[in-house]
Amino acid sequence: MIRHGFSLRDPLTITATLRMHAIIELTVNGDRRSAGIPAHYTLLETLRYALGLTGSKQGCDKGDCGACTVLLDGAPVLSCITPAWEAEGRDVRTVEGIAAGPGALHPLQEAFEITGGAQCGFCTPGVLMSAYALLQTTTSPSEDEVREALSGNLCRCTGYTKIIDAVVMAGEILDRDRDRDRDRAGQESGAAAGAQRAAGEQPAAGAQQGAGE
Amino acid sequence: MRPEELRDRQAATAASADTLDDAAAGNASVIGRRNRKVDGYGKVTGATVYTDDMTLPGMLHGKILRSPHPHARIVSIDTTKAEALPGVHAVVTGRDMPVTYCVIPWTRDEYPLCVDRVRYIGDGVAAVAAVDEETANRALRLIDVEYEVLEPVLTPERALEPDAPQIHEPGKPGHNGNITKMVKLEFGDVDAALEDSDVVVEGEYFFQGSTHTPIEPHCAIGWYDPAGKLTVWSATQVPHYLHRELARVLDLDVARIRVVQPAVGGAFGGKSEPFDLEFCVAALSRKCGRPVKILYTREEVFYSHRGRHPMKMRYRLGGSTDGRIRAVDGRLLLDGGAYASFGLVTAYYSGQLLTAPYTFDTYRFHSTRAYTNKPACGPKRGHGSVQPRFAFEVQLDKLAERLGMDPMEIRRRNFIGERTRTINELRVTSNGFLQCLDAVERASDWKRKFRRMDYGRGVGVAGSCYISGTNYPIYPNEMPQAAIQIQLERSGRVAVFTGASEIGQGSNSMVAYIAAEELGVPLDYVRVHATDTDMTPVDLGAYSSRETFMVGNACVMAAADLRKRVCAAVGAAWDVPGGQVGLAGGWAFDLQDTARRVPISEAFNIAEAQHGTLAAVGHYNTPKDVHGEYRGGTIGASPAYSFTAHVAEVTVDTETGFVNVDSIWIAHDCGRALNPVLVEGQMEGSAYMGYAEALMEEQIFKDADHGRAGLHNAPSLLDYRIPTSLDTPALHSLIVESIDPEGPYGAKEAGEGPLHPSIPAIANAIYDAIGVRMDAMPFSPPNVWRALRAGDARAAWERSRSPGRHADVAAD
Repeated sequence: MIRHGFSLRDPLTITATLRMHAIIELTVNGDRRSAGIPAHYTLLETLRYALGLTGSKQGCDKGDCGACTVLLDGAPVLSCITPAWEAEGRDVRTVEGIAAGPGALHPLQEAFEITGGAQCGFCTPGVLMSAYALLQTTTSPSEDEVREALSGNLCRCTGYTKIIDAVVMAGEILDRDRDRDRDRAGQESGAAAGAQRAAGEQPAAGAQQGAGE
Repeated sequence: MRPEELRDRQAATAASADTLDDAAAGNASVIGRRNRKVDGYGKVTGATVYTDDMTLPGMLHGKILRSPHPHARIVSIDTTKAEALPGVHAVVTGRDMPVTYCVIPWTRDEYPLCVDRVRYIGDGVAAVAAVDEETANRALRLIDVEYEVLEPVLTPERALEPDAPQIHEPGKPGHNGNITKMVKLEFGDVDAALEDSDVVVEGEYFFQGSTHTPIEPHCAIGWYDPAGKLTVWSATQVPHYLHRELARVLDLDVARIRVVQPAVGGAFGGKSEPFDLEFCVAALSRKCGRPVKILYTREEVFYSHRGRHPMKMRYRLGGSTDGRIRAVDGRLLLDGGAYASFGLVTAYYSGQLLTAPYTFDTYRFHSTRAYTNKPACGPKRGHGSVQPRFAFEVQLDKLAERLGMDPMEIRRRNFIGERTRTINELRVTSNGFLQCLDAVERASDWKRKFRRMDYGRGVGVAGSCYISGTNYPIYPNEMPQAAIQIQLERSGRVAVFTGASEIGQGSNSMVAYIAAEELGVPLDYVRVHATDTDMTPVDLGAYSSRETFMVGNACVMAAADLRKRVCAAVGAAWDVPGGQVGLAGGWAFDLQDTARRVPISEAFNIAEAQHGTLAAVGHYNTPKDVHGEYRGGTIGASPAYSFTAHVAEVTVDTETGFVNVDSIWIAHDCGRALNPVLVEGQMEGSAYMGYAEALMEEQIFKDADHGRAGLHNAPSLLDYRIPTSLDTPALHSLIVESIDPEGPYGAKEAGEGPLHPSIPAIANAIYDAIGVRMDAMPFSPPNVWRALRAGDARAAWERSRSPGRHADVAAD
């Protein structure tokens, strides 16, 4: 909880403390961060205005469009209607935090580039986070599973076709990478069991980050 | 560092030798390939900077106070309490900017903030700049506005009644202040042709209003700096028109204004004219000396609107027994909302753009755009021609039904052809419409489905055409319509400076592909610097589907100029003619012996040594003999037209009236696909948007019996429903390339044309499925349910299956 003398869960107190500021601590994309924010800030406002992470977008500011989607402890949430204090002490992942490393995109991002899944790009960060969460739990999702998982993210440019193509493609890439890594681990039969386990636990660049870890 | 020290690294990233053989054989190495977008990386990593992602030192936040009345006189505005609120740095009202503006110079009827009258719920009356949004909102509540409420006019029919309150002062004595524009044009003797026709199909149609809803709300930042220069960053698709109007309205020297368009998160025509927030951030900043940002709320986006005009349309279509179109007679009433916006053009487009891809013996249309006390309508994707296209393609379906003819066949029979003129004298160059029909007929398995599926399932076809840019700019001038500047650096880097507005459609990528193709550099050597009036040559903006055709041509001109210089210099060094040198894949090479080659940077160095600094400009202007000489004949004229055909397949639940669109096959003649990925993206996005209007979307404003008159029924993305991934049908893109003689590499537009046929194709499919004509949109469950119960749909459906199929009059 935010460190101050009031309960922010009480609506009356929230009104009374609108002008108050608080310190929030949270983990964003693996970095431990703290920020002084007005107590009424949403998670989206905290990310964009207090932490300078402008990748997550505000399209409607009321939970309708999904452009602000981020992962909170691995689960997609609408950060524009998530009070900042709900993220206190928790793990937040945003679009800035899904690439495998400098210059190395996550397969999902690669696939979006290949299929043309991003046109204006404004819904893309939210779409990517919903898709990223799906790929954490579902191996090689079908088109229907992708449509279902992205149904809370409005896109106005693409007609969703190339977005869905991209997520299906990313699922297949991740699956192939997993198989390849498993085969490689199997071939290295003489190696120590620990090394095998490490290889098996890293299915693909970037995919080990985020949900459930 | 000497050039050869760069050579190994660059050679390693350049293309392999067989690519050069391919290039030497005359094949394009970039154009036509499924390349990535040049700005894709930023978009998938969150790095792309949109206007609201920017923060300037000392920046304030602005808010606009909006009218709660649809029609009222402003008696007084008292801002003293707001100005006294701690944290408030500036307040402006209409009195600070008492100058009318409009994107169309002939119909300036709007103030940045209302001066003496408000004309719709949501009209801006005052703006404040404060340290944060909360303070700005509090300050708005402290502004006292006294209104004298006037009677609102909420329908165009009411607006045209003699005793209706006048929303605007009449332009001339004796004119009606409630009419933006009335257009009457006739080509040939329509009445005689109707008299002569074997069959006349009459129909009344209604197209509801719809709005763009880009996911990015409008946002602008203004900074009037201490040196007296104004910079405005804005999510606009027309930086040049904004630049001019800012100067006029704020009475500033246009050379002391800079307009920058950062990345734009979707527009679709909804950001194609100046908006109140752009003037307000400038005026507020001028008053307080600090940068000011205004970000629209989603509600404000709905109220700023400028979306699709609601249209009531009556058509008479005369045909001969062999299916030829003898006469088309249209009467259209446009609900324009409170201000003119692009409405003058809309009134013309609603008639002028109907005259292809079919040939008409005679044609007449009579369009009237009326003002009402609702948010102003304007250009939405397929500006002005989507509504009549819906009506006409359904009319054509009815004619085919009456004649017992396959609707594919009636469209082929009336094909206007290529290299021809329409009845209203528009010049048509390339025309791939027949190939479009063939493609959708084949892909959809039309012959096995049409009039052959079970009750509740059906297919429908429709066609359309659209402009590749307008032949004349919005303000009359003789200067080029598009321009570009390219500069080559010694490293091989190519910088392209373009005023073309990237709004997601890929104009930045388009110019990069052309520059890379012409200059032989790898795609990532091209840097595109776009839409900054301090740096980039004038371009008119992203509207009327003009960027690929016009800016593409300008880019070819500049790049080809540089290419010639580089080839000549390398040729001279090799002692061969410049024409024998090719540039491709990161190399300059001998076309007759591709083994002889140098990295492109070296080629640029050789050229720079010979010619001096390497830079070139290119421009494009339209041919001037492509339209008729009658009044209004230039409106609708374009250097090239795209053509589209759709087949939609639907399943209708006859219990609930719910229409499920299973698939849309989209065949689009884009001239040439400079990148098929991007063209497909435009086709899919267009078909999606048409589908959305057909089935789901509707701008509804309350009347006095249902709440507050003129109030938007549902200004949110939850209640104004746009399709999700679960709603959207399977979309199948079929690119047709007719290679236009004047387009860059033969290219024409792809961004707007493919929207048009989706709506009538769905309407025609619904008829095939259940025997019900949906002449009023949207085809929502209540509307379809009511239509199903209005007559004997099943009997009409049975008749449509009978061998002759002549007895469909009742269902019409």
